[in-house]
Amino acid sequence: MTVALSSREVAANIKSKFPDMTLEVTDQAVIVQSKDLPAVADYLKNSPEMDLSYLTDITAVDYYHYFEVVYRLNSINKNTSLVLKCRCYNRENPEIPSLTSLWRGADFMEREIFDLMGIRFTGHYNLQRLVLWEGFNGYPLRKDYL
Amino acid sequence: MALKTEQFCLNIGPAHPSTHGVFRMKATLDGEVVVGLDPVFGYLHRGVEKLAEQRTYTGSIPLTDRLDYLSSMSNNLGYCLAVEKLSGIEVPERADYLRVIMAELQRIASHLIAAGALLNDCGAWMTAILYMLREREKILDLFEMTCGQRLTYNYMRPGGVAQDVPAEFMPTLQKFLASMPRYLKEYEQLLVENEIFLARTKGVGILPKDLAINSSASGPVLRASGVKWDIRKNDPYSIYDRFDFDIPTGQIGDCFDRFWVRILEIQQSLRILEQAVQQIPTEGEVASKVPALIRPPVGEVYTRIEAPKGELGFFLVSDNSIAPYRCHIHGPSLLNLTALREMTLGWKIADLIAIFGSIDICMAEVDR
Repeated sequence: MTVALSSREVAANIKSKFPDMTLEVTDQAVIVQSKDLPAVADYLKNSPEMDLSYLTDITAVDYYHYFEVVYRLNSINKNTSLVLKCRCYNRENPEIPSLTSLWRGADFMEREIFDLMGIRFTGHYNLQRLVLWEGFNGYPLRKDYL
Repeated sequence: MALKTEQFCLNIGPAHPSTHGVFRMKATLDGEVVVGLDPVFGYLHRGVEKLAEQRTYTGSIPLTDRLDYLSSMSNNLGYCLAVEKLSGIEVPERADYLRVIMAELQRIASHLIAAGALLNDCGAWMTAILYMLREREKILDLFEMTCGQRLTYNYMRPGGVAQDVPAEFMPTLQKFLASMPRYLKEYEQLLVENEIFLARTKGVGILPKDLAINSSASGPVLRASGVKWDIRKNDPYSIYDRFDFDIPTGQIGDCFDRFWVRILEIQQSLRILEQAVQQIPTEGEVASKVPALIRPPVGEVYTRIEAPKGELGFFLVSDNSIAPYRCHIHGPSLLNLTALREMTLGWKIADLIAIFGSIDICMAEVDR
C-alpha cells in the first residue's frame, strides 16, 4: 500500500532545509508559494530522504479568486506519495515556474493546463496549446468560460 | 565525394493507418533517419473534463466509456472508485468480484489488440491480429451477455454494478479460461519464433529505466523498462490484495519487451480470473443502496487504478452539489507518449512506426 506522507512532517522538513520560506499546510497537501516551487520540488525529488522522483500527475483547479496547481509525487523505491500544491492569485496573467527541467514528464501536462486553464509555466521550452488549436479564444476549463 | 544532404520534414497522420486514431507526428528526417519529432494532438478533443462538470456523478459514467474505448470497463471502475471514495459508498462483495473479473477480461482484450496492432505496424498486415481478434471476440461476447454492449459498456455504478451477470456467464468464462493457455502458446510460436518480428523489435526504441521514470511513463511501458511498479500490487484498490499474481518486467525496455510484458500480463490476468471465479460468492447483492442524485461532502479525492495502458487516475473536487466542481482525468496514453521523441531519435522511419505501435495508445484518451 502506498503510504501518503504526512504533509505536516514534510513541511517541517522543508522548513528546516529552507528556513526563510513561508509554507501553508493542510491535512492532505503542502502548499508552496510559486517562487519557491522549483527549489522545493528539487529537494523533494533529489534528496535521498524524500526520493519522490516519480511525478504522476499535474492538474489545476479554478477557485475563482485563485488557481490551484496540484502535483502528485511518488517514490517508487519507498512506495510513498505526496501532494504538492501551488496557488496563483493573479487571474489576469497567472504564472508558475515550469518543472520541465526536473521532470521530462511535466512537458505535456503543463501544456495541457496552459491550454485549458490559461496558466503560463515560465521556463517551459515549448509552451504551446496541446489539444486546442492556435488562436482559440479563451481557456475552457476556467469557471468563467461559458 | 561527400553527398550533400538536406533535412526533410514528413507529416505522418493525422489520418494514417499506423497512428491508431487521429495522431500527427511531424518527423524531421535526414535520409531515412529520424532526427526530430514533434507530436501534434487534439484531433479527437471532446472536452470530457468540462462536460463532466455539467453532469451528475452517475451521468458521467458513459463519458468514461469513451476515454480509452478499448478498456471501457477499467475506465468505469476507476471513475466509480473515485465517486465511492468521495462519498463513502460501500460496495457489496459480489459486485467487487464482478468488477475485478470485468477489469481483468478487459486487460486481456486490450493487450491482445495492442500485440496484434504492433504486428500490423511491423508489416504483418492483418494476419497476426486476426488471431488476437479471435480471442478478443470471446471476451466481447461475455461482455455483451452481461450488459448488451460490445464496446462502450456503461456497466459499473457507484456502489456496485448495473446488473448481475446472466446464468450462462460463469460457464462460458470458465471455458474461455481453459482454452486461453493453448492460444497463448500459439501466439508464442507465431511471433516469438518469427525472425522478421524479432529483427524489427529486438533492441529497437529502447526506453532506459531512468527516462521511463522521469518522463512519468506508466503501465507496461514502465514495466518493460525494468521498473517493478504495478498499482494493483503497490497501491491495491478494490479487492486486488486478495489475489496472488506476479508483476512481469522487461529487461532493457525495447519494443520486444513492451510486447512481451503484455503477453506475460495476460497470463497473470488469467491467474487472477481463475482465483476470482473460485472465490466469488454465488449469490448476493450486486449494488448497494445509493441515492439517485449523489451529493458528496465538500472535498477532493484522487484515485488511481492500473488500467491496461497504465495509471488511470480520477481527480474529483466536490462542492456538495450534484455535479463535480472539477473532474480531472489522468490518462496513461498521453504520458507514455512523452518520451516518444527520445525513443525514436536516430532510428529509421520504419522503426518509428514500430516504436509508436509498441507504446499502445488510444487517441480518445490522449485528447479526451
